[in-house]
Amino acid sequence: MAAKLSALAAVTLAVVASTIAQAAEPKHGGILKIYHRETPPSLSIHEEATFTVNVPAMPLLNNLVVYDQHKPQNSMGTIVPELATSWEWSKDNLSLVFKLRQGVTWHDGKPFTAKDVKCTFDLLQGKAQDKFRKNPRKDLFNNVSEVTTNSDYEVTLHLKRPQPSLLAMLASGYSPMYACHVTAAQMRTHPIGTGPFKFVEFKQNESIKLAKNENYWKKGLPYLDGIEFTIISNRATAVLAFVAGKVDMTFPTEMTKALVSDIKKQDPSAICEIGPINVSTNLIINRENPPFNNIELRKAMALAIDRKSMIDIIYQGQGDVGGTMLPPPEGVWGMPPDLLKTIPGYDEVNKDREQARAIMAKLGYGPNNPLKIKVSTRNLATYRDPAVVLIDQLKTIYIDAELDPVESSQWFAKIARNDYSVGLNLTGNGIDDPDQAFYENYSCGSERNYTHYCNKELEALFDKQSVETDFEKRKKMVWDIDKKLQEDVARPILMHARSGTCWKPYVKNMTIMNNSAYNGYRYEDLWIDK
Amino acid sequence: MGTYLIRRFFLMLLTLFGISVLIFTMLRLVPGNIADIVFNAAGMIDVAEKAKLEKELGLDRPIAVQYVQWVSGLAHGDLGYSYVSEKPAIQEILPRIPITAKLAGLALCFSVLFGVPLGVLSAVRQNSTLDYTLRVISLSGLSIPSFWLGLLILMACVAWFGTIPIYTDPPKGFWNALALYSVPAAAVGFRSSALVMRLTRSSMLEVLRQDYIRTARAKGASERNVNYHHALRNALLPVVTVIGIEAAFLMGGLIVTETVFNIPGVARFLVEAIRWRDYPIVQNLVMFIAVVAVSINFLIDLLYAVLDPRIRYAS
Repeated sequence: MAAKLSALAAVTLAVVASTIAQAAEPKHGGILKIYHRETPPSLSIHEEATFTVNVPAMPLLNNLVVYDQHKPQNSMGTIVPELATSWEWSKDNLSLVFKLRQGVTWHDGKPFTAKDVKCTFDLLQGKAQDKFRKNPRKDLFNNVSEVTTNSDYEVTLHLKRPQPSLLAMLASGYSPMYACHVTAAQMRTHPIGTGPFKFVEFKQNESIKLAKNENYWKKGLPYLDGIEFTIISNRATAVLAFVAGKVDMTFPTEMTKALVSDIKKQDPSAICEIGPINVSTNLIINRENPPFNNIELRKAMALAIDRKSMIDIIYQGQGDVGGTMLPPPEGVWGMPPDLLKTIPGYDEVNKDREQARAIMAKLGYGPNNPLKIKVSTRNLATYRDPAVVLIDQLKTIYIDAELDPVESSQWFAKIARNDYSVGLNLTGNGIDDPDQAFYENYSCGSERNYTHYCNKELEALFDKQSVETDFEKRKKMVWDIDKKLQEDVARPILMHARSGTCWKPYVKNMTIMNNSAYNGYRYEDLWIDK
Repeated sequence: MGTYLIRRFFLMLLTLFGISVLIFTMLRLVPGNIADIVFNAAGMIDVAEKAKLEKELGLDRPIAVQYVQWVSGLAHGDLGYSYVSEKPAIQEILPRIPITAKLAGLALCFSVLFGVPLGVLSAVRQNSTLDYTLRVISLSGLSIPSFWLGLLILMACVAWFGTIPIYTDPPKGFWNALALYSVPAAAVGFRSSALVMRLTRSSMLEVLRQDYIRTARAKGASERNVNYHHALRNALLPVVTVIGIEAAFLMGGLIVTETVFNIPGVARFLVEAIRWRDYPIVQNLVMFIAVVAVSINFLIDLLYAVLDPRIRYAS
């Protein structure tokens, strides 16, 4: 019997090995069909702040450096050269020299040179004559004082102060190189890049079509003849289209746990992955308006949150409890669970709520005299649903809240006007890096610092961690900052969402990144085994 | 008759002018403009950049100036540029009209071909099993929401045939197009035919009780002649009105069907344009739908005169 079993095991192993060997042999050809969840506002990555744009536009472009497209966790260690062949920091860490790849051409045949790198930075920093219609990441490269071209194939980025994270920012899907000879307006409607695919057509509400770049600088790539994004805005139709085989892949990170289960039930061969996307749901409190200018009240509100039950209700358990930075193991910089538990509001819900009620009583509120507030949020299900759970949880500490759904187009304008008292917001991070998260969301005067939290001492710590080159030392500093941000109720993090992507088994070499939803769509070495 | 036509034509122009003013004003009363939406997607508002964009798109000019510019552009065939795609609005709108027209046309054919004969049948066989069955079916047609019916059809197609009749690429050839549009047209036409059927039935029943029908029967006219020659023609007036209203509705009101079946038609595009506050697209599309609706009404008025001589003589 044992001999029979081992023979069977040997045969099985041989079959598996041959299948793997066969599967590992990439095939050229085929069109990858993906459904797109909506019409992108444009195809210019630099002008947009949603991965609705990155997914179809990243295959058209290249960065100087990029996150390894087959390592799910983005980190400094997974950055690989792309249009740059190598990079080198100066001894004082104040300049970063890139040697550029030669023989690379734009889709219109013109050569890529160091001038294009300079043009890209000039556009980003508003120094060019041509301007972006909007520039959501102009602050990301604030520390770059100047870009100089040393030759046609070497460029130097001069920094105001050392910033190791600069490389991480450059590796993001948000940092592609643009050509000097292509206008910002053209990049919105008919982008020209150096990427593995060329732009063919973009029809609003219908489709986006890309074709293989025959002159791609990576010889033999891409494997696919093209990529077609069919815009299907109704998710129920999109799921059925995937099950019926009209598309080979769902829109990345668009599937909830329930939808993934539904797909697996209807098409058991589908490959589905659920993971974090580095988007946090957070509570924003207007600290300038009474009674919320009282830190005690804000602390009581933070103590009332039951993160675990919120995740269970909203995401059927598919979420993570954490601080500003995405929690480990997928997050590189997030606080470990032991440290997280030392923050008020993160350990024992009942005890914390008891404490919160005591604070509220001291402030004059009680069961017969609740604090009446409005919880404002964007009128979208992903915002509204957690807001409803939050309202329910606030009731436990004598806060009688009412939902104030704000028309989507008015949401940020309302927040910018400070026209709210309590709100619920979602924050996506393009890269899993403290510089981006801290400066963008918590530094004094930042446009995205919606609560106007301003702590100069902590901001000094932002700078201190930013210049630190020792990873372990920097990580500890980041934990301290993150802990302090939660203790100060700067913008209490309610949860980090997880979501899923599904594709057909014949789509090979697909990797879904698990600490950012913005960086993994080059698709140059995907292939179809049909 | 000539005076009647001229009067109706000028009334039509006046209606269209009123609609243009209404659309233009109402669109600008809705909170937020394209600049707000564009920045909203970026999670921030840069006041200076927003003002620059508004200036670039001419949104900083007085509303009256913007209106005059739009109307004079219309008169010259210039519909302006889409704020989102940055292409001429005409290039965005024109390719979508035939898509919706085909779908609406098929749906209308479905509703007339099923609704009118079944309505007549239901009336002439009043209180029979057939009448009850048809009444239950028509009631279901009116009660089932079209998005739900559409999804049920899609689910059934996936479960039974392993395919899904949605629009992913433009159909190649007549039969391909017919196959693609007939399923959503049937989903829309089901509701529409139910409406036509019920109206035909009640209108027929009313006419069948008239004295001249009794006279026709007394004169020995066959039942077929009474029903289809004497009764149906007179019962058709309200039915024609409803078919006209349905035709106008189908040109702009197929948002749910276009969304569920992923058809890139006029209605879905209009809703998307409203979401983006893409004024040139919204204004021109609504104007187009208004022109279609007003023209259909005009044609129906003419048809009344053809169907009923009393209207012709009175005018």
